[in-house]
Amino acid sequence: MKKSILLGTLTAAGLVAGAATAGTLDDVKARGTLNCGVVTGLAGFGAPDTNGEWQGFDVSLCRAVAAAIFGDPTAVTFVPTTGKTRFTALASGEIDMLARNTTWTFSRDVDLKFEFVGVNYYDGQGFMVPKALGVSSAKELDGATVCIQTGTTTELNLADFFRANNISYEPVPIETNAEAQQQYLAGACDVYTTDASGLAATRATFEAPGDHVLLPEIISKEPLGPLVRHGDAEWGDVVRWTLNALITAEELGVTSANVADLSAGTENPEVNRLLGTEGNLGEMIGLEPDWAKKAIMAGGNYGEVFEKNIGENTPIGLARGLNAQWTEGGLIYSPPFR
Amino acid sequence: MSGTHAHTAAFVRTSEIPPSLPPQNEGGVGRWMRENLFSGPINSILTLIALFFVIRLLIFVVPWIYSGVWTADSLSGCRAVLEGARGACFSVLTDRWHQLLFGSAYPHDATFLSFMTGVPVEDLRFTSGVRENTNFFQEFFFGYWRPVLAFILLFVAIAPILYQDLPRKMMIFTGLYPFVAFWFVWGGSIWLPITLLIGLGLAYMLYSNLAKQSFFMGVLAFLGVVIILFLNPITMVFGLLDFLRDLIAAMGWERGDNSMMLADRFQGAASIFPLNAHVVEFLSSIIPIELQSVASRDIGGFMLNMILGTVCVSLSLPLGIALALGRQSNLPVIKWVCVVFIEFIRGVPLITLLFVANVVLAYFLPPGTNFDLILRVIIMITLFAAAYIAEVIRGGLAALPRGQYEAADSLGLDYAQSMRLIILPQALKISIPGIVNVAVGLFKDTTLVSIISMYDLIGLIRGPVLASTDWNGVYWELFSFAALLFFVICYGISQYSQWLERKLQTGHR
Repeated sequence: MKKSILLGTLTAAGLVAGAATAGTLDDVKARGTLNCGVVTGLAGFGAPDTNGEWQGFDVSLCRAVAAAIFGDPTAVTFVPTTGKTRFTALASGEIDMLARNTTWTFSRDVDLKFEFVGVNYYDGQGFMVPKALGVSSAKELDGATVCIQTGTTTELNLADFFRANNISYEPVPIETNAEAQQQYLAGACDVYTTDASGLAATRATFEAPGDHVLLPEIISKEPLGPLVRHGDAEWGDVVRWTLNALITAEELGVTSANVADLSAGTENPEVNRLLGTEGNLGEMIGLEPDWAKKAIMAGGNYGEVFEKNIGENTPIGLARGLNAQWTEGGLIYSPPFR
Repeated sequence: MSGTHAHTAAFVRTSEIPPSLPPQNEGGVGRWMRENLFSGPINSILTLIALFFVIRLLIFVVPWIYSGVWTADSLSGCRAVLEGARGACFSVLTDRWHQLLFGSAYPHDATFLSFMTGVPVEDLRFTSGVRENTNFFQEFFFGYWRPVLAFILLFVAIAPILYQDLPRKMMIFTGLYPFVAFWFVWGGSIWLPITLLIGLGLAYMLYSNLAKQSFFMGVLAFLGVVIILFLNPITMVFGLLDFLRDLIAAMGWERGDNSMMLADRFQGAASIFPLNAHVVEFLSSIIPIELQSVASRDIGGFMLNMILGTVCVSLSLPLGIALALGRQSNLPVIKWVCVVFIEFIRGVPLITLLFVANVVLAYFLPPGTNFDLILRVIIMITLFAAAYIAEVIRGGLAALPRGQYEAADSLGLDYAQSMRLIILPQALKISIPGIVNVAVGLFKDTTLVSIISMYDLIGLIRGPVLASTDWNGVYWELFSFAALLFFVICYGISQYSQWLERKLQTGHR
């Protein structure tokens, strides 16, 4: 009796707002704030700081998209999501986009009905060993004990790698990164393996980071990128080209410091098109002409965002590596603004 | 008297001999140790082993705490101060306590803090500025006066419930407290809690008048008033119709057409609801009394655990009693609804219910729906706890001899009177240990909300604090702090319940 009334109220109360039917971009504009799904906390990639302000590499992309739409990088409602809640939050419309170090895979793109709009970080599984072990390549790890998180793709990648190289290993199963740190430092395993960015962030917290080395081998592909729902290509374009604008800005030498000067007009037509002084790219995508300029001013171009949050001068200390511009031997590459 | 004996006895002692001390090894510490610690060879060995471990633990822990660093600004700063020595890095607590207690982005009241300390308000906008210009107590009591005051008033509000000797008039404040605390914690216009209070009061008056004739009519009237005042009946009805139609369409019986959404078509009529929103708007325009409004997402830390714990325990107790009585009902419908509810909820892990609240409901609710996440979680945890409390109370009811029921009947009491005056007071007394057990467990279970990405105390530690580059790697200090906070509350609850059991002990056993 009580229960049925309660549940009835619950269901009905939930239906109060009525369904939204317009496109995501119109919804976001009408709402006046972007709902961006982020990680609950991952060093360098996203976490609220002491003042409660969200900071991080993925967070900067949310801010850039908000700046492109509203001209205001603070017009974002950050929705923290865990690995378990992230996809339902996006699919149900609770968030407009997800920027949460999520690997682009076939099944997520096709089966879960999401659209990965690009890659903002190329990660891969790596190995960390104590320097004292005297190992310089993962192929020398025959017979090593390896700390490995159970139930992840890293476990399968590890087995594949050792089998392909015809060497043996002994796995030490662990549950969380925190446990892994303790086990590894206590000497329970010779090697710790997980995503290379995670290894670097973990090593940065050690008392003596210099005593540990990351081996050069990267044994899996983990392209991390922002994603949106299937079925709203216009909205996907906004996120995709905001990311591309940041990447192109670095390629063309447009930074948060000089963007104001450059937007007065330059000799380079592509810079002009990017910053909206030439052509009508903004109109095509449904935003202001200077949308890309605002996105760049929010936190700088791709390179600036990288350096500020996870670059070599931060405690995370990641080198650009695969994430350098294509002109410098990396994979970061944006289609032209034309 | 002594006079009559004066010539028959040489000496009559007029005062008692003071008791002499027991023999040296039959009293004091020596005897206690011999009886309790070294009463036999096995006990002696066990004592020594235990002593060995306790001392080792203390040798390990005490210097770690004693040489702890409280003022560094990061883990590497702590290590620099310690220079390789063992020591705790409590600086993470001094740096992040406001987040651990109140949530990652709960705003401090810069204006009030400035008023109380004389520091210009511009210097107090951000936490870093607050730390430079004020001390801990000023920040805690003046900067965060809203949640702190709500917490202190909580004890005033529950005091008359916990201690029957206090004046009964204090119950008035207890009734007002939920509205006061809501306003302090969430902020916004004062007229929202006031209209809520008045509206609920009206609905209750209507209910109590109608319930004399028909309980069912009373409940209907109560819900009707609540829906008209605080919810939106038009969108509820049409939204439900739309939902049903979509459901039918999804089953393939009819093609769904989004342009025909009834809820959208009647948006104009729907905008007059909820009625109290207009009243609040009108009153705030005349007499604007406001606190800075805080979004539910910014409420977190131990405060979130406390909110979930107190609200869910206090709601689940009456619901649990109702379920326990319903399960004993002679009316088959009520009985089976209660049985199915209890057995279903008890058969499902709390985590699953929380996922339903967070994830599954999000699929069923239309996008853009603002159905507060904290409210959803409160509903789920309350239902969960109510099922357990119902079973505990059923145990209490079953323990009463049948004669108690018959005695109530023979006095001519009706069902409500016999329950209120005879059965429940005894059954609840028997159930106290079980209810407290559920309450303590429930309070600790509130940390599970971290799994659905809410920033309660544990969620905050695992998320923002450990993910900051400053504090990544500080585990023991943070989790010990969390354990300490939970222990204080849970031990307090447990001590109160033991006191209550002793007080209500009337010699039945």
